[in-house]
Amino acid sequence: MDLTSLKAWEMKEKIINKEISCKELIEAHIRKIEKEDPDINAFITLNKDEALRESDKIDAKIKNGQDIGLLGGLPIGIKDNIVTKNIKTTCGSKMLENYVSPFDASVIEKIKYNDGIIIGKTNLDEFAAGDSTETSYFGPTKNPINKNVVAGGSSGGSAAAVAANMAALSLGTDTGGSVRQPASFCGIVGIKPTYGMVSRYGVVPVSDTLDQVGVFGRDVKDATLILNSITGYDKKDSTSSKKSDSVVSLANFKEDKDYLDGIKIAIPKEYMDLVPADKKAQEQFNTAMKVFEKSGAKIEIVSIPHLKYAAEAYYIIMTSELSSNMARYDGIAFGHRAEEYETLDELYVNSRTEGFGNEIKTRIMAGTYALTGAQNKELYQKAMRVRRLLQEDYDKVFASYDVILSLTSKDLPFEFNLTENNLIESYRANIYTAPANLVGLCAMSIPIGNVDGLPVGMEITGDRFKEENIIKAGLGYERAVL
Amino acid sequence: MAYKTIIGLEIHVELSTKHKIFCNCPNEFGADANTLVCPTCLGLPGSMPILDKEALEYAIKAGIAFDGEISKLIKMDRKHYYYSDLPKGFQVSQAEIPFCNGGYLEIELESGTKKINLERIHIEEDTGKQIHSEEGETLLDFNRSGVPLIEIVTKPDMNSAEEAKLFLDKLRATLKYIEVSNVKMEEGSLRCDVNINVVNSDTGEKSNISEIKNLNSFRGVVKAIEFEEKRHIDLLESGSNTKKETRRWDEAKTATILMREKGDASDYRFVVDGDIPPVKIANEWIDEIKATLPELPQDKKTRFVESYGLSSYDAGVLTQTKELSEFFEETLKHINDSKLVSNWIMGDVLRRLNDDEIEINQSNITPIALADLLALVRDDKINNNTGKKVLKEIFDTGKSPEVIVKEKGLIQISDEGEIKEIIKKVLDDNEQSIIDFKNGKDRAIGFLVGQVMKASRGKANPQLANKMLLEMIKER
Repeated sequence: MDLTSLKAWEMKEKIINKEISCKELIEAHIRKIEKEDPDINAFITLNKDEALRESDKIDAKIKNGQDIGLLGGLPIGIKDNIVTKNIKTTCGSKMLENYVSPFDASVIEKIKYNDGIIIGKTNLDEFAAGDSTETSYFGPTKNPINKNVVAGGSSGGSAAAVAANMAALSLGTDTGGSVRQPASFCGIVGIKPTYGMVSRYGVVPVSDTLDQVGVFGRDVKDATLILNSITGYDKKDSTSSKKSDSVVSLANFKEDKDYLDGIKIAIPKEYMDLVPADKKAQEQFNTAMKVFEKSGAKIEIVSIPHLKYAAEAYYIIMTSELSSNMARYDGIAFGHRAEEYETLDELYVNSRTEGFGNEIKTRIMAGTYALTGAQNKELYQKAMRVRRLLQEDYDKVFASYDVILSLTSKDLPFEFNLTENNLIESYRANIYTAPANLVGLCAMSIPIGNVDGLPVGMEITGDRFKEENIIKAGLGYERAVL
Repeated sequence: MAYKTIIGLEIHVELSTKHKIFCNCPNEFGADANTLVCPTCLGLPGSMPILDKEALEYAIKAGIAFDGEISKLIKMDRKHYYYSDLPKGFQVSQAEIPFCNGGYLEIELESGTKKINLERIHIEEDTGKQIHSEEGETLLDFNRSGVPLIEIVTKPDMNSAEEAKLFLDKLRATLKYIEVSNVKMEEGSLRCDVNINVVNSDTGEKSNISEIKNLNSFRGVVKAIEFEEKRHIDLLESGSNTKKETRRWDEAKTATILMREKGDASDYRFVVDGDIPPVKIANEWIDEIKATLPELPQDKKTRFVESYGLSSYDAGVLTQTKELSEFFEETLKHINDSKLVSNWIMGDVLRRLNDDEIEINQSNITPIALADLLALVRDDKINNNTGKKVLKEIFDTGKSPEVIVKEKGLIQISDEGEIKEIIKKVLDDNEQSIIDFKNGKDRAIGFLVGQVMKASRGKANPQLANKMLLEMIKER
């Protein structure tokens, strides 16, 4: 039996029941990585030795009859923009090629506290800016389902690692769809929790008001398991919410209940009107809707008027905040420093010119433009107003509906080197996912089928701190199509 | 031609909180370089700021003390620029919405009280420090990075170096009163930039504003203003008004040096700091902070005028520092004569403190010693001049006035018989002066009094000696 192909919750049961040892599980994953990853490139740094040592500790605990944590012994991939004390955190950039953080992110502490085992740091678009993992300094990640297409991004490594059975679970970050879109592309489940659900302390920021740590699993139960272990208020992150404590607990979900019966579903017409999706993907979505209808869900078309400005508002805010967050990479105290420079200005310019890739530079320039002079009012501050209006729109929808459904991506997983020449078009592709970040909502991508062998994902969006609703909808759908 | 000088100040004040504004690192001056640092104040990837409540409290305290309007919502913004002592590439500050709007301070001029209005006060983080080594290297110390600052921006309400100096004195006194800062310019806990230009009072022609940086002492501020005043007038007179400029005070050259024209000033690209959610300020909290404020210089001054019958000017000087005002009131507990105490403090005591460049509490004098000294003077045990000598002795040695008077035998001679003897001898020795006086030369009497005092080694009661001298001359 290939242990790595089990669901995470199944692996955990086998460890607890002493059918397998934790060490066997970790070794199986390391073998899998060593075999598959040279081709897929999901990992930037492997944590082999420490993972094996940790697995011994878990086995000792079990032997001694001690309780093990929620993630007991499971191998977990960590997106390489989440800092770890003893493992490099590169952010997929030459800028931080050899950077080791002196502290662990709060989510890393939680994973360790819950007995999860960090198997490695996963590939991503440089500084999590991108949607294909092609902008990584360490090369692109291939989609395990079809190696001719991208794994999505920016958390492409984390998604591919779980899809290729190289990790049981993984963490990503989601600023405008960076967990949901790769989950959709790789045919697994990805959840972006409500803004404030999970501490961002130790997450290298793209955009402080949009970023949120997200999770990947091979089914909803797996994703919920890891989500459950990382949520909660953290005094080190002022934007984390006290409401996040004990919102999602696996114990809240019953196996036998049909969660779709009576659920109220909204489908915003603007998604389809503004940026029509791939036709075959749309057909898959319509089929999934029929599953919901048959199971007793009430589906209605709604309008979210300010969605028509969402893509622009998103890009202005994201690039503005990104340009601010990238300012610290100046070659002075840490990160890449150019060898050649005469003046302080040259030190900055040369270090940043050498250390950053093209996509990051493009976004820094866009954000710098949006914040400079008159544009600050015209672009940035206006985008912030759009955001408030959008929030009001969503509040109205969630007053009457439990969840919103849509495709996760308007596109099927695409081939390599496509976006480079269609930058604006690729930016618009975020229209289905970015609004959840602008408003701070929770959202999940769940696989609903294939088109020509390429996975299609459905997005289930819920109100702030209503993770329960999207998880129930996801569990219900999974059971209905079983 | 007449010119009017227009001066506005921007003052950075480090708050003396226990911790830095966004992390738990101690807020201390003088530690070994880079020993008071953590991921947050070093701006390491993934670190996040936590706004320190005490920093906010201190800032609000200052806002209340200056009678400003405290904002109901505190929002933090990022101000971007590149400098090696700024680890994040931005300084967390406040852009459009400062925590405090308006406010004022009053200064005492010969012509009366003048109100200097404040534009705003905002809160921000301090940067690290650059140290230039002799080898030509630049070293960085991040101990100061993240120390809480308030920036106080005045309206252009000052018209001379003297007014700016008085304002700074008052500002420093107030901040010390409320104990939110050490306000030591030499340690950098108070830093001041000057905005200055001049207007031709006849034609209304204005010179363009210069901003003067790198001022390390109040004296530097005064000298820089005086230098700039003259430079601006010269520019207008010669018809060569420049653009807005940023200039640097060079202490060695006693001149300001051009740093850059304001035209190419950087754009700070302000953006909301998404890591610091807005903080709502409850009225109850403001009231609580208000309740902890001590009596402020302004209120104390008013009380001194009303309770002790002092002039507004004297009351202003006596309340300049908390220590001096407390010294005054403590002295009054031992000798109930506010005029006498005020005169002595305003005169010889302050003169001595200025000469020594120290504060009252750093000197040898105590309220009891001064009160005892003044009792001796008031009761004619010693005369005024002797009193001054004793005061000097107290400052020098810290001995009590009684001991000094006894040791030096300074008790005033008020015995008429004794004085009579002395006068008789003086008159006998100075026949010509008696004749001169009788011939209408009034000056002669002054000479004779001087001789009497000299003969008594300064101890004769001057009023008594004067009176008796006149009587005894008449008798001759």
